[in-house]
Amino acid sequence: MANAENSRSDTPPASTAGLAASQAADGGLRVEISGRWIRGERPIHGDDLLGALDSDPAPRLVQVAAVGLEDWDSSLLSYLLRLRWAADRAGVAADFDQLPAGLRRLMALASAVPDRSGARQGDEPPGLLANVGLWTQSKIGAFHDACRFLGLVTLALLAFLRGRAVYRRQDLIGTIQEVGAQALPIVSTISILIGLILAFIGAVQLAQFGAAIYVADLVGLAMTREMAAVMTAIVVAGRTGAAFAAQLGAMRGNEEIDALATMGIPPVEFLVLPRLLALALMMPLLYVYGCFIGLFGGYLVGVGLLDLVGQAYIERTREAVGLTDFMIGFGKSAVFGVVIAFAGCQRGMEAGRSAAAVGQATTSAVVTSIVYIIVIDAVFAVSLDLLGI
Amino acid sequence: MPQEFPRIEVRTLTMRFDDYLVQQGINFQVARGSVFVIMGDSGSGKSMLLRHMVGLMPPAAGEVLYDGESFWAVDDGRRAAIARRFGVLFQGGALWTSMTLAENVALPLAQYTRLSPREIDEMVSLKLALVGLRGFEQYYPSQISGGMRKRAGLARAMALDPDILFFDEPSAGLDPLSSRRLDELILELRDSLGATVVVVSHELASIFTIADDSVFLDAERRTAVAHGDPRRLRHQCADAKVREFLARGEAAAGAA
Repeated sequence: MANAENSRSDTPPASTAGLAASQAADGGLRVEISGRWIRGERPIHGDDLLGALDSDPAPRLVQVAAVGLEDWDSSLLSYLLRLRWAADRAGVAADFDQLPAGLRRLMALASAVPDRSGARQGDEPPGLLANVGLWTQSKIGAFHDACRFLGLVTLALLAFLRGRAVYRRQDLIGTIQEVGAQALPIVSTISILIGLILAFIGAVQLAQFGAAIYVADLVGLAMTREMAAVMTAIVVAGRTGAAFAAQLGAMRGNEEIDALATMGIPPVEFLVLPRLLALALMMPLLYVYGCFIGLFGGYLVGVGLLDLVGQAYIERTREAVGLTDFMIGFGKSAVFGVVIAFAGCQRGMEAGRSAAAVGQATTSAVVTSIVYIIVIDAVFAVSLDLLGI
Repeated sequence: MPQEFPRIEVRTLTMRFDDYLVQQGINFQVARGSVFVIMGDSGSGKSMLLRHMVGLMPPAAGEVLYDGESFWAVDDGRRAAIARRFGVLFQGGALWTSMTLAENVALPLAQYTRLSPREIDEMVSLKLALVGLRGFEQYYPSQISGGMRKRAGLARAMALDPDILFFDEPSAGLDPLSSRRLDELILELRDSLGATVVVVSHELASIFTIADDSVFLDAERRTAVAHGDPRRLRHQCADAKVREFLARGEAAAGAA
């Protein structure tokens, strides 16, 4: 059937769709529809006929008639509508009076509401230069949005410090539990594995020099300064940042945020503040927890595999890791917490009003947080190096 | 406020969605203690007009005045003070899903009144009873039906006994009886509490029951094409489309 693409003069075999066009005496075009026009069985595209309407000279009139039309469904209707609209565009009069009444009624129904000019979007794809311009504009817009949101969050924090912020204490407590206590299992798993991995890597190298005890230094410093903070932050970004974006995005779609605003309750104070505070409080605690679990992982490898004396390993760790190292990780994790909450809440608050938009907001929240985490970590590393800490 | 100002006045309002012009040159007044209906075909920006009136979207041009005071020209604090007298019912109810119905209704009370928790509980039960939801205080929005959510949203909108109530498609998604009870409640709010009510609706039965006055937004011409009592507009409006709309197209000759 696929090769039965019709040319204009072919007579179609019985029981398939037929389309014949002939020049009428008065300069009009007579189109005859015949056979079975059933969706999925239709071999004819008839695009050449639509093209003929735009040709020069255009026919004066198109007359469409059903001759031996056996059966039809939306397939015929959609073709006739395309024909009609093509005729309208070309300014050619079209006459459908010789079609069955049912077809004519359906065509009238489909044409009852005119194509609303301006409502149809994306007619022409923009060119390369226009794309670059649009992209730049969207990035500038995104920067503006972020600044605006930062301003709103700062105002909300000031209101909180003056004790005038509107939020529910049980929301804060609930969020603290959600982002803190409930994250312990995953943070434990990740931290102990990171501790083990670090110790393994170090052990292979250091054992060659008979310096296996320095595994304690390696694990201790890496965990406290870098790994515990970064790894918990990444886990929390995937777990909590995504949840914030999805929650707020769904609330926005449900007009809950509008409802707050019309009631004079600032949405940023009511929704963002508890989440931001909860994460800023809980991230450092998760860091401390992750640190100890990670150090324990290193201890297991040191004592279990390298036959180090447990007491010596702990002593070595205490000598290697200073309070400064610990404070660096602690401070970083607090910053990470704020950044994750900020990215998650911003994406959620600015999400569009559809399920797909909430999905995009969630993805974007996680990606943004992780990029921020790595960038901030790099900035910390360079600054601390310059300061010689 | 001096009595000569209408409660609400919309002056030469233009609404845009990004660059897309939705409506322009809208003018109407809403009298104190009346039920005003915003009608129009779908896509004409009825809900958008409501969002402009309650402070969720700033107009591209023009003004919204409450008792003669321009709502969008004043500072945020003053605007919030004006908006405190509003009650808004959103299309889907827009209940806060993390709170029970009682907490939803109680939040504005706790925020803006000095009632004791006991008094708040009483008020909450009263408002929920008024919309036929007695006994549902401890339910979460996800546990009740769409129609019930809408009614709970209404209870929340009425929590502070607002002067002006805004309803976005109140009867959409309600069964005929609930829809009728809602109409009666709207009239009751007007008559007993003297509330001014602005309703976005295209439910003809409901429009003819409740409306004192109305405006018709046309999606094609992008402006308001008719004002007045819909019962009168149905027969006497100069605009054929409005007559057809109000007669459900049945009076128009040759309609399919």
